[in-house]
Amino acid sequence: MHILKLLIRNTFRHKLRTGLTIIGIMVAILAFGLLRTVVSAWYSGVAASSSTRLVTRNAVSLIFSLPVSYKERIRQVPGVTEVASGEWFGGVYISEKNFFPNFAVDAKTYLDLYPEFVLSEGQKKAFLADRKGCVAGRKVAEQFGWKVGDSIVLKGTIFPGNWEFVLRGIYHGQQKNTDETVFFFHWDYLNETLRKTAPLRADVAGYYIVGVKDPDRAAGVAVAIDALFKNSLAETLTETEKAFQLSFIAMSNAIIAVIQAVSIIVIIIIMAVMANTMAMTARERIGEYAVMKTLGFGARHIAGLVFGESLIISAIGCAAGIAFTYPAAQWFSDTMGIYVPVFNVENRTLLMDVAAALIIGVVAAAFPTWRAINVRIADGLRRIG
Amino acid sequence: MPRRRPGGKKEKVYGKPESNVFLGAFAVKISGEFLMDDTKPPIVVIRNVTKTYTRGSQVISVLQDLSLDIVDGEFLALMGPSGSGKSTLLNLLAGIDKADSGSIIIGGIEIMALTETELARWRSMHVGFIFQFYNLIPVLTAFENVELPLFLTGLSRKERREHVAAALGIVNLSDRVDHYPSELSGGQQQRVAIARALVTDPTILVADEPTGDLDRVAAADVLGLMGRLNREFGKTIVMVTHDPRAAEQAHIIRHLEKGVLDAHPETSH
Repeated sequence: MHILKLLIRNTFRHKLRTGLTIIGIMVAILAFGLLRTVVSAWYSGVAASSSTRLVTRNAVSLIFSLPVSYKERIRQVPGVTEVASGEWFGGVYISEKNFFPNFAVDAKTYLDLYPEFVLSEGQKKAFLADRKGCVAGRKVAEQFGWKVGDSIVLKGTIFPGNWEFVLRGIYHGQQKNTDETVFFFHWDYLNETLRKTAPLRADVAGYYIVGVKDPDRAAGVAVAIDALFKNSLAETLTETEKAFQLSFIAMSNAIIAVIQAVSIIVIIIIMAVMANTMAMTARERIGEYAVMKTLGFGARHIAGLVFGESLIISAIGCAAGIAFTYPAAQWFSDTMGIYVPVFNVENRTLLMDVAAALIIGVVAAAFPTWRAINVRIADGLRRIG
Repeated sequence: MPRRRPGGKKEKVYGKPESNVFLGAFAVKISGEFLMDDTKPPIVVIRNVTKTYTRGSQVISVLQDLSLDIVDGEFLALMGPSGSGKSTLLNLLAGIDKADSGSIIIGGIEIMALTETELARWRSMHVGFIFQFYNLIPVLTAFENVELPLFLTGLSRKERREHVAAALGIVNLSDRVDHYPSELSGGQQQRVAIARALVTDPTILVADEPTGDLDRVAAADVLGLMGRLNREFGKTIVMVTHDPRAAEQAHIIRHLEKGVLDAHPETSH
């Protein structure tokens, strides 16, 4: 207990130095936590994907469509429960800076396939009954101040023109990592309009969301679907929703790698700063360690003092960093709004914060401890006076 | 070898802290007679000790074939010019440095044969070190500084408190227990350091220039205290000093010159 008291008093002997080091660690842990959360946010679509959903798209590229006739043929594949066609609409609200994901979908089956989009029964009925109806996620509705019943006009970028919708429902996510920024409306509305305005672009779907009965047989179902359209004009590529999401992330692998590298560099920098602090501390106290050795204290006691001090500083910095991570993440999420649909600090990130702080504390103390233990008592005592 | 004795009766045997007779020993000794037996063997036996240092390619001989006996209860002053090897000899005696060759037996233990860990444990039980610059831990109070060595003894909290109170009482600092070193004068700090050296009831007290950083009054006070520890409590003290007045406090004065001990010890009283 007495040694612990000595440890704590030693830690705060140089209040300014200790305070600045703690602030440094706090900022590093905060930056590390936020950067890891950005990476997690990138993977949020993957995390939220369901094992009971497959995505069928054109085997050549996602930008090529699939005939609408495929829908019924896919539905007949054994193991398939439901199929919903989908089309990336790419509309913007008022101006191009107001970006959010918007899709034309088979309303009924889409809602069945995405039970995590929670919509009240009344809103669901109203949406299904209105061909011009649309549903928006909670975040996107909040962003633009939409209320149920509002008229919304999206300017088409892929499908030109002004597209009028009536907001019939606002969904919220069933889980914390459910994307609440999606806007969707009836694929029939898009298709019927295209039949009139651009008939050549009508009767196709961008992709199909396929529900499977047994997730363990999803791979077999995917193979069966693709086999169905082999050697056709539009061959398909069917994969799990997770794999589909990962293929998007693969496009931005370099960015993710940079973010991850920066997060590690931040930790390495603060490790060097902390090591410098501990080296200064140990150098200043080498005489005291020599006195303690003279009194009979052994290497483990000296190591305990140096490591203990380093770990106390890194633990306080870590705790402060974690405490600030939550409000900072909230601020980031509020500021970025719909651009970052899911920005939650995961428990795994907190564990990584703690592990990083532990590594900082241990690594920073290693060399000073080695020096403090190995300095000859007579040499250590000579430093005094 | 002529030496001053505190009395003429049988020696009072000191117990180690773990035997918990320390306070009892103090009580007996404070009341009066601490007496020694003329025929008993020396508590410190140094034989043919050699110590050299290497500085670059140069080998410096500090102690040359040095032999010395110190009897229990003796107060020995080591004098000599700078670089004569007196602090080195003190360090060897205290087990904080190792000789190149020879033998150092203290209380029947050949300390040259001990490993670093064994030596640390031995020091905690058998040596009380008094430094020139006190070397108190600045973030600990006087009480905590004195208590520090007792953490290696396995004494209970209550026992530790009793020992610390007794040691601070002996050095007359019972009213300064909660003071930090920075709140004490040099002389008071040195008295705390003496209490710290004393608290484990060591076999020998070694002091390296204990008055070197003190003014005349404080130095006299500290020397008086050391003399009292020797007379009343029978502590064996080895003190390195440059100060002839400090050396006068000792029974015997030995001079070191270029690592060689004088042939004829000087008696101070």
